[in-house]
Amino acid sequence: MNYIPKIDRRSFLVGTAAVGGGLSLGLQLPFGPDVVRAADGSPEVNAWVVIRPDDTVVIRIARSEMGQGSLTGLAQLVAEELECDWSKVTTEYPTPGQNVARKRVWGDYASTGSRSIRESHQYVRQGGAAAREMLKQAAANEWKVPVSEVTAEKGVITHKASNRTTTYGKVAEAAAKLEPPKEVPLKDPKDWKIAGKPLKRLDTADKVNGKQQYSMDFKMPGMLCAAIKESPVFGGKVKSFDAAKVTGLPGVKKVVQSGDAAVAVVADTWWQAKTALEALPIVWDDGPNAKVSSASIAEQLKAGLDAETKFVGNQQGDVKAAIAGAAKKVEAVYSYPFQNHATMEPMNATAVYTPDKCEVWTSSQNGEAALAAAAEAAGLPVAKCDVHKMLLGGGFGRRARSEYVSHAVRIAKEMPGTPIKLIKSREEDTSNGVYHPITQCKLVGALDANNNLTGLQMRISGQSILAVIAPSRLAEGGRDPIVFQGLNAGGTEGQIGYTIPNLLIDHAMINPPIPPWFWRGVNNNQNAIYLECFMDELALAAGQDPLEFRRKLMTKHPKHLAVLNAVAEKVGWGKPAPQGVYRGLAQQMGYGSYVAAAAEISVTGGNKIKIHRIVAATDCGTAVNPAQIERQISGSFVYGLSALFYGGCTVKDGRIEQTNFHDNNSMRIAEMPKVESIVMPSGGFFGGVGEPTIFVAAPAVLNAFFAATGKRIRSIPLKDHDISFA
Amino acid sequence: MAALTINGQTHQVDVDPNTPLLWVLREQIGLTGTKYGCGIAQCGACTVHVDGVAMRSCSVPLSAVAGKQITTIEGLAQNGVLHKVQKAWIDHDVPQCGYCQSGMIMAVAELLKNKPKPTEADIDAGITNICRCGTFQQVRAAIHAAAASA
Repeated sequence: MNYIPKIDRRSFLVGTAAVGGGLSLGLQLPFGPDVVRAADGSPEVNAWVVIRPDDTVVIRIARSEMGQGSLTGLAQLVAEELECDWSKVTTEYPTPGQNVARKRVWGDYASTGSRSIRESHQYVRQGGAAAREMLKQAAANEWKVPVSEVTAEKGVITHKASNRTTTYGKVAEAAAKLEPPKEVPLKDPKDWKIAGKPLKRLDTADKVNGKQQYSMDFKMPGMLCAAIKESPVFGGKVKSFDAAKVTGLPGVKKVVQSGDAAVAVVADTWWQAKTALEALPIVWDDGPNAKVSSASIAEQLKAGLDAETKFVGNQQGDVKAAIAGAAKKVEAVYSYPFQNHATMEPMNATAVYTPDKCEVWTSSQNGEAALAAAAEAAGLPVAKCDVHKMLLGGGFGRRARSEYVSHAVRIAKEMPGTPIKLIKSREEDTSNGVYHPITQCKLVGALDANNNLTGLQMRISGQSILAVIAPSRLAEGGRDPIVFQGLNAGGTEGQIGYTIPNLLIDHAMINPPIPPWFWRGVNNNQNAIYLECFMDELALAAGQDPLEFRRKLMTKHPKHLAVLNAVAEKVGWGKPAPQGVYRGLAQQMGYGSYVAAAAEISVTGGNKIKIHRIVAATDCGTAVNPAQIERQISGSFVYGLSALFYGGCTVKDGRIEQTNFHDNNSMRIAEMPKVESIVMPSGGFFGGVGEPTIFVAAPAVLNAFFAATGKRIRSIPLKDHDISFA
Repeated sequence: MAALTINGQTHQVDVDPNTPLLWVLREQIGLTGTKYGCGIAQCGACTVHVDGVAMRSCSVPLSAVAGKQITTIEGLAQNGVLHKVQKAWIDHDVPQCGYCQSGMIMAVAELLKNKPKPTEADIDAGITNICRCGTFQQVRAAIHAAAASA
C-alpha cells in the first residue's frame, strides 16, 4: 500500500454531514409574530429575501464568490422570480453557523465543481417566487382584494381595478408573517428579464478603489499576526525548534507548534512574524518520504500503465479483439504533472478563541467545511463556533481545503481572547500546498482497413483525489469515479463524446505522497489532453482531417458535436488560414456542460508559440449571465494556458521544488490570445461554467502545435520541451 | 522614525527601516488596498506610485521612500472623482476576484501618464502584472477606453 498523505480528511467530509441535519431550503417560515429579522432589524420574507423599509432588497447568497460571478448570477435568479427592482438589490452571506442553527435552511455552501448555480438554481428561484407571492398576498390583504387581482413588477405591487400601488418595502413586515405558498411554479427561462441577461457584476465598485475587504485585509482590535512553516517534506513532522532564538526579535509574542507538522511565530505584524520565522531554527523529522522525487514518481506511474487493475471507467465491446484484429495500431503515452493553485490571495484566516466560542473570518470555497475544521481545531461543539465568509482572492479549488483555518484556530487557542491572523507566505503556499493529481496515460487505438476507429484502450495510471481525502466517497471496490471525468459512458456530468464500438478506459490507482486536490477542471484537464490529442494522432494515422474524423464518431452525441461544429465554423476550419497560422481543435463534456475550442497559432524557430486567437463554445444548457460566462471562458484560458506553458510542480527529496511565481509562472497580458466566445445554451438543463472551458484550451493548442511543426507533445509543461510563448 | 507622505498625508512610522513599503502601508498605515501577492516583485499586486513612478512596494524598503510622495489605490481618485482608469474598469466590468486589480490599475494609470494613447505593444510591454482569473481581455479593452476618455 502506498503512503497516503494525511490531510484534513475529516473537515472535508464533515463539511455537509456533521454540521447539520435536514434540508429545509428557505421556504419554511415561522408563523405569527415571530418574524425572523436581519441584523439591521429588517424582516426576512424568507431565508433568501430580506426587504428593508426603503425597498432595498437583500438577497442571501450561501455560496462563495471568488471571481466566478455566482454571487451576481444567484442574485439574478432570485430577483427574477421576486420581480424586484434590480437596481435596489444588494447581497449578504449568511454564516455557516446560522445555517446549522436553522437546519441548513440555505442548503449547501460549497462553491466547488462548478456547482454554485447548477445545483441551487431551483431552490433559490423558489425562494424568490415564494417571497413574491407573500408580498403580493400581504398587499392584497391590506387592500382586501383577491391576490389574483394584484400584480408585482420591479418591486411595486399594483391593484389595477382600484388604481392602488404599494412597494415591497411597505408590505414586507406583513408578508413576513404569512404562510409561504405550498407550490411556487417557476418561470420558463425564455421569459426571463433579469436572469439570462448580460448584467454587470454587483461587486465591482469596491474592487477598483481599494475598499474591497478580502480576509487578508481583515482587522480586529488587539489582533496579532502569525506566519507558519510546515514540514517541507510531505509526511514529515516537527522534531524540535529553538523559540529562544527569536523571542527577543521585534514584535514577537509567541512561538507555537500547530499540529505535529507545523510551527508558527506570532507577532505584532505579519512582517515581523515572517522575519522571525525565517530566523527560527526548526529541526524536522522528514519521515518516510525524503527520497521521493519526480523521477521515482514517474517510475511508479509508468509501472501502472501495464499493471493489472479492476477499476474500469468505461467499457464497450471487446477492445482486445479489436486491437488484435486492427489493420493499423496507434499507441502513445501521455502524462500530466502536479500543479499548484497559486490563487492571487495567499491562504489566510483570522481566528478568535475563548473556551466558550470560536469565530473565524476567512475566504473559503466551503464555509461549512471551514466551520467543521474550526470546531475540530477548537475542540468546541459546532454550535459554539462560526465562520464569517469573506470575498476570495481566487479559489480554483484550493480554498475548498480548510487546513489554514485549522492552523489559525490552533494558534488562537494558545492565546485565548486574542485575535490571530494567520497568513501563509507565497512560498509556503506554493511549496506546501495541495496539487493537481499526477497521472500518465497509455492509449492504444485500432483502425480497420477502411481507417475506421474500431477500438480504443485508455489506461490511466496515477493519483486518486478521493482515495486520499475522502475514501468513503469511492465507488465499489475502491474505484475513484472522478478519475474518469469526461470519459464516462453516460450521465449528465461528463460523458465521452464519441461512439467507439470497442472501448476500455481503466485506472491503475497509484498515490505518491504528494497530497492531491481539486484544481480548476480537475481530472478533465489531463483527460481532455489525453483523448483529444490522441484523436488527432488517430486522424493522422487514418489519413483524415481531425474534424471529419471526430464527426464520424459523434453522430450519437449531438450536443458535443454542436459545440465542436460551432468553433470549427467560426475559426474557419477547412478554409485556408492566414500565412503561417495553424489550427487545432478539442472538445469535451464536463460539469454538465459541453465545450469545444479551436486555436490558431503560429510557431517561430520551432519553439516560440504565438496564440493568435481561441474560439471557444459552451453549451451550459441555461445561461444565467452571458457576459460573466464569457469572462469565465477567457479567464479559464489564462489559468489553463499558464499551466500548459509554465506550470508543473516537480519533486526533489520529498519536497515540491517550486516556491513562488518566478519558478511557477503565470501568463501575462502580452501572451493572452484573443478569445472569441460562443455561449450557446440549448435549454432544458443547467451546466457549470467556472471550469469546463479550461480543459479544451491545452489540447487545442497542442493539436495546433502539431499542425504547425509535426511535433507531437505528450507531456506538459511546454517549458520542459524548451517551448515558450513568442 | 521615518516620515512618509501617502496620498497627500504625512505619517510618522517607527519600524525597522528594512520593512517593505507594502507592509508599512498595510500594517502600519492601515491601507489594505495594496495587496500582497508574492513578495518578490513578480506579480505586481502591490504596485503603488512613488514620486509618480509605479513600483512594486513589496520590494521597496521603507528606508528608500522616506520623504517621497506615495500614492496608493486609495489615493488615486481625486476629490471624490474616480480616475479615468477606475471609471473604465467599472464600465468594462473588468475585475473578477479583483485581488490583483489594485496593482493592475496603478500600473495602467502610470502607463497612460507616459503613453496617453498606448499601442498594443505598449500595453504588452508596460503591463506585466499577474492576474490568475484572467481578466486580460477586459483589461486591454478598458485601457483603450480610458485612453480615449478625457
